[in-house]
Amino acid sequence: MADSTTNFSQKQASLEKKTRIGESLIHVVLFACALCSIFTTVGIVVILASQSALFFADPQVTLLGFFTSFEWQPSIGKFGILPLLNATLLTSFIAVVFATPFAILVAIFLSEFTKPRIKAIIKPILEVLAGIPSVVYGYFAVGTVTPVLQRVFGSDTVEFYNTASAGIVIGILILPILITMIDDSLTSVPNNLREASFGLGATRLQTSFGVVIPGSFSGIAAAFILGFSRAIGETMIVALAAGAGSALTWNPFRGAETMTGYIVRISGGDISYNSIDYNSIFAIGLVLFLATLGLNIISRRIVKKYQWNV
Amino acid sequence: MKSIIQIKNFNFFYGESQALHDVTLDFNENQISALIGPSGCGKTTLLRCINRMNDLIDDTRSEGNITIHEKNIYLAEVDPVEVRRKVGMVFQKPNPFPKTIWDNIVWGAKINGYTGNLEELVESTLTRTALWDEVKDKLHTNALFLSGGQQQRLCIARAIAIKPDVILMDEPTSALDPVATARIESLITELKKRYSIVIVTHNMQQAGRISDCTSFLLNGVVVEHGRTKEIFLNPKEKKTEEYISGEFG
Repeated sequence: MADSTTNFSQKQASLEKKTRIGESLIHVVLFACALCSIFTTVGIVVILASQSALFFADPQVTLLGFFTSFEWQPSIGKFGILPLLNATLLTSFIAVVFATPFAILVAIFLSEFTKPRIKAIIKPILEVLAGIPSVVYGYFAVGTVTPVLQRVFGSDTVEFYNTASAGIVIGILILPILITMIDDSLTSVPNNLREASFGLGATRLQTSFGVVIPGSFSGIAAAFILGFSRAIGETMIVALAAGAGSALTWNPFRGAETMTGYIVRISGGDISYNSIDYNSIFAIGLVLFLATLGLNIISRRIVKKYQWNV
Repeated sequence: MKSIIQIKNFNFFYGESQALHDVTLDFNENQISALIGPSGCGKTTLLRCINRMNDLIDDTRSEGNITIHEKNIYLAEVDPVEVRRKVGMVFQKPNPFPKTIWDNIVWGAKINGYTGNLEELVESTLTRTALWDEVKDKLHTNALFLSGGQQQRLCIARAIAIKPDVILMDEPTSALDPVATARIESLITELKKRYSIVIVTHNMQQAGRISDCTSFLLNGVVVEHGRTKEIFLNPKEKKTEEYISGEFG
């Protein structure tokens, strides 16, 4: 026993503090990395806010009018965000309503009905969906989903550019995140609850819907909200499939430009710097940013509040 | 005494490793049968074989028969779900559903096709588990707000609400304090009038206090089985005596 201590290069005689250069260096480097991401975020917010300020400083624009008037026609000086906001909410709503039930079923299948070995094969395949560039989804919406909708509902009813097609394809786009989040929350339901249910003579299906799903309701709600927030920010699909030109409509078969769609169209065109059109996209960007930020915070709150204490 | 559960030449495997070796045991109706033995001796595995709970674990397999009311529950045509409707289970850690007290009791009955009066069912099961007076004013609050002992009594109530023939209990008091333990023990003793109970316990005094017969398992083998008094006072096997007197385990 006495010999073993002599094998250490430093003797542990002193208890004084030591400076460990490697440790301190790593500490500084990691801190710098953390700062970088914070600065990026702050930078984005500052640019968004300052450019938006220029927009709102314009005599044609009022803050109240921006949020309450029903027309968005920058060329004739009408700046009401409602048509764009409405189109965004419509496509996002279609997306989550389309995707959530499907995601719940897939997640139940993965967490309750498959063996881990099979799940390990299926999950990566689903995650490939998340790797498809969204422009490809956009062409899928225009080239496949819209024609199908037109064939089913008639091409008189369904315009070539429409929010339904964009919404459905956004739904497909957010499926992987929804499935992963819901699957995680189903898996986190303690196993002793499943056993309690099986012990009462419940089948797998009864256990899934009677115990596991209610037990992970918060996780499902959080996934729904996060999916919604992801759908709000989706750009390429709506730019390609939902149509250009703002329209205030609840009809999903009509075209309506969303907030992101407008930003893409304007920033891709030859609008001059510091014109009102140019500044308007920052104001819309700020609204988008605040909306997704708010939704993400709510989603995280829900997850945290109802976590399983096991 | 009428025998209700017969275990015959039963072997059980987790993958390649054998957890139970040629177990043959008889449990009587309206009695409390205790399974004792050191950790890892297979007593919980054996208990979970009686309602085919182990079917839910991947890569397990069994040989031999377990008969309940003269029906072999390991025949190929037997549905494990139906077995579990006849053989209720109470677990080591209280595990009420994160629902209201009411729903905890009613849910199991509903999936079992209960069509009677739900209020009657809730009141009678809670009364029989000595919980009614404590919770009658908060039936619609979440069961997770109950104390550990109350939760375990609720789990017992939930189990008897589906009117099983047998109740399996896996160390039902190991997570509870002495007062709650005493209440559960008196409840279990009360329940044997209507049900046949098999209980796994680490607590020798508990086995001595409440059980009618005791089986001592070691390394997946039944070393000794008999009336509790005899096992505790005059064990035939040396290993049993050593374990009961606390020399190992």
